[in-house]
Amino acid sequence: MTTTTTSPVLTATGVTMRFGGLTAVQAVDLDVHPGEIVGLIGPNGAGKTTFFNCLTGLYVPTEGSVAYRGTVLPPKPHLVTQAGIARTFQNIRLFANMTVLENVLVGRHTRTKEGLWSALLRGPGFKRAEAASKARAMELLEFTGLADKADHLSRNLPYGEQRKLEIARALASDPGLLLLDEPTAGMNPQETRATEELVFAIRDLGTAVLVIEHDMRFIFNLCDRVAVLVQGQKLVEGTSEVVQSDERVIAAYLGTPFEGAPGAEEAAEVEAAEAGATPGATGGATQDGAQRGTTARTEDGQ
Amino acid sequence: MTTDKTQPTAVRKAEAGAPAPRTTLLRALTAAGGAAAVVSTFLAWTWTAEFPGDLTVYGYPGGLQLLTLVLGIATGVFALAALDLKGLRWLTPSGSTQALRMLALGTFAVTWFTVIAIAVDLDGLVNLEPGGWIAAVVTAVPVATTFLLPDDTRPLCRPKELPSWAEILIIAAVFAVGLYVVNYGIQTDADHPEPFIGYLIAVGFAAVALVKAGLISRVSELTNSYRSVTLVAALITAIVFPFFQDKSSFTELGVNIAIFATVALGLNIVVGLAGLLDLGYVAFLGVGAYTAALVSGSTASTIDVRFPFWAAVITGGVVSLIFGVVIGAPTLRLRGDYLAIVTLGFGEIFRLAMLNLDGTSGPSVTNGPDGIPNIPPLEIFGFNFNDEHSVGGISLDSNGNYYLLMLLVTVVVVLIFSRAGNSRIGRAWVAIREDETAATAMGINGFRVKLIAFALGATLAGVAGAVWAHFQSTVVPEQYVFAGPVPPNSTFLVAAVILGGMGTIGGPLLGATLLYLIPKKLEFLQDYQLLAFGVALILLMRFRPEGIVPNRRQQLEYHETGQLDVPGATGLKDGAVGVTKAEA
Repeated sequence: MTTTTTSPVLTATGVTMRFGGLTAVQAVDLDVHPGEIVGLIGPNGAGKTTFFNCLTGLYVPTEGSVAYRGTVLPPKPHLVTQAGIARTFQNIRLFANMTVLENVLVGRHTRTKEGLWSALLRGPGFKRAEAASKARAMELLEFTGLADKADHLSRNLPYGEQRKLEIARALASDPGLLLLDEPTAGMNPQETRATEELVFAIRDLGTAVLVIEHDMRFIFNLCDRVAVLVQGQKLVEGTSEVVQSDERVIAAYLGTPFEGAPGAEEAAEVEAAEAGATPGATGGATQDGAQRGTTARTEDGQ
Repeated sequence: MTTDKTQPTAVRKAEAGAPAPRTTLLRALTAAGGAAAVVSTFLAWTWTAEFPGDLTVYGYPGGLQLLTLVLGIATGVFALAALDLKGLRWLTPSGSTQALRMLALGTFAVTWFTVIAIAVDLDGLVNLEPGGWIAAVVTAVPVATTFLLPDDTRPLCRPKELPSWAEILIIAAVFAVGLYVVNYGIQTDADHPEPFIGYLIAVGFAAVALVKAGLISRVSELTNSYRSVTLVAALITAIVFPFFQDKSSFTELGVNIAIFATVALGLNIVVGLAGLLDLGYVAFLGVGAYTAALVSGSTASTIDVRFPFWAAVITGGVVSLIFGVVIGAPTLRLRGDYLAIVTLGFGEIFRLAMLNLDGTSGPSVTNGPDGIPNIPPLEIFGFNFNDEHSVGGISLDSNGNYYLLMLLVTVVVVLIFSRAGNSRIGRAWVAIREDETAATAMGINGFRVKLIAFALGATLAGVAGAVWAHFQSTVVPEQYVFAGPVPPNSTFLVAAVILGGMGTIGGPLLGATLLYLIPKKLEFLQDYQLLAFGVALILLMRFRPEGIVPNRRQQLEYHETGQLDVPGATGLKDGAVGVTKAEA
């Protein structure tokens, strides 16, 4: 993995996905450069996962193309993975009845070639390849901290470890770009923090990362660049600071102040009045939300 | 109770230290009940030899009494083990009460079944001798006492380290006992259903009792640590089977079991590993059988060629493979139930095509409903399979020859199954079965991998079919139906896989054996076979959805609660247990 080249790992040009009359993703351009962590945020239903599915070939985009290191990808999931893009799923999709080690070994599928004949004949080449796969898989389990659970069934792992295992499994295909779909959903702050470390470690290995997440603190800590998707369109793209201060983003998450909403001075008056006497409730929600800014988690905003 | 002290969590208050006097009394009563049952089998249960088996003699047990005798002994011995008799404690590594209940119930059920069968068969209770009454009463005692006993189920304790020769001897002994039990079942009188029903009851209860006592887990630990020894033992057991049969028809049962078990194992690659429901699998068996018959040099064959056996087998396999690819290629791109429907259709189309390729409705290939008879006997290097041959003083008839040949095919299929299943491609199959979307996202070409599984399954069925055609010396279309009273049919094969346990080697072998043997021995069941299949499968889904032989994955499910892989468990080497084990 060379991090010195400036040519992007992933180039999505004008990706559009329509389901009948509904345009879920509209003309989205996105570049991911080597060694970069890019975040993709947006309100629920903005089309983030649909965009991911377009990137990984699960959906065939209605228009536009996706290229990996300059080569346009065919819309077949296994070919996309073979090319070097690996992904995790928003709802964990492990092979529940396989062991942790086997899950990672399945991830090695594209990087090994042994077919049925070599499996039946069990030549030295097969044994070597199998041993190498196992060694690499154990290395990845070590890396994600699951090595001591290699023989457990993946469905018996606790939630946080299942998420980690999904990442280990995706890394097993030696990807140049890793797509993470809400890797910290349902995690407590400690686990989120650990995931953050893990993503940094993955970046340091030379793998670019594109991550969808709702946890704003996580995203802004982590990402070099953040793209905001709203109603299928890319609203803004830039560093954390740029995105955080962009009014359109705030509006997309929190809504625009409605007509006749109390302005700043009025709000101050109201607050003064509240402090003085009756607890009034006018426009409180909007105002509070706006003041807390975009560092608040989306759940708070909605 | 030294064994209990090592696992304090599971020990009940009453069990810690010395057991309550009431418990000891109940256990002693159970042992006495077992002994009484043993004694009762030495009495006559009925006065006439009309009832199958000889139950009329004082002085030694016969027929169904033998089953009561064995279970009575087992009840007594396990009760003594529960009483902490030195040298017997190894019998109950995970608690005695549940095992005792099962043994007592088994003794009771077999005895009462016999007594009731005597009364019903011979019209009236008057046909019972006093021995029968005594047996009925005394076998009820252990049932009552064991259900009053407190449950002493405990986690499996660590076994004492035995020298490896002793462990290998144990494996050999287990296989010898297994061979004896199977032989006993196969050699029961096919004209009367009573002995076989009694046998099934006894084996069923005894097997559950062994599981509850923890002995099965013990043995599977041993077989896991001596894999090659186990395989050799299994192979030897299978090879010597025909030499123990005094009737050729028993060996024939063995051949059929071997064939259907092999085909079921081939289907298990498709259904159990790759998760593709194939409801027309028997058609691939038919393709192989018809192909082999056509090139066998049969006088009825429309093709005037005579291939040597190996070439006929390869041709059968290859033609089956082609059919597999032709059927699979268009349908495996779809997900869900489409494949089941297409294969169901293919199975029927195959049968109808064979019926109609008779020269009048279609081109003359298969002789229609007459099939292809007179397939000449196999000859390999001048060894004619239909002649009787003598190997080292033991003669093997035609059935024995075919049994050994079929066993070779079974071994090859077992080898293919285990090697393919435990490899990159096998993992890809399981991944596709578990979650196809995630599997393709891991870079697995779902269509390709599924097609390989489907084609491999078809090829193996074709090879088995080629051997089967020679064994039967005739092929007719009506052998290859979707569901019918006589195996093989697709329902039979799928049921064997599901009943035995999907994704395992032992499962389909056991499933096919049971499903073939039970209707063969209980001929009155023949008409109700499909009904019985249905009932059996419903009960199985309710009580043991993983099948009789659970998959390794399902076993692993219990790993976190299981004790043996928890490192640093206390009391790994318990002196007292060690002593008793060594004495045993």
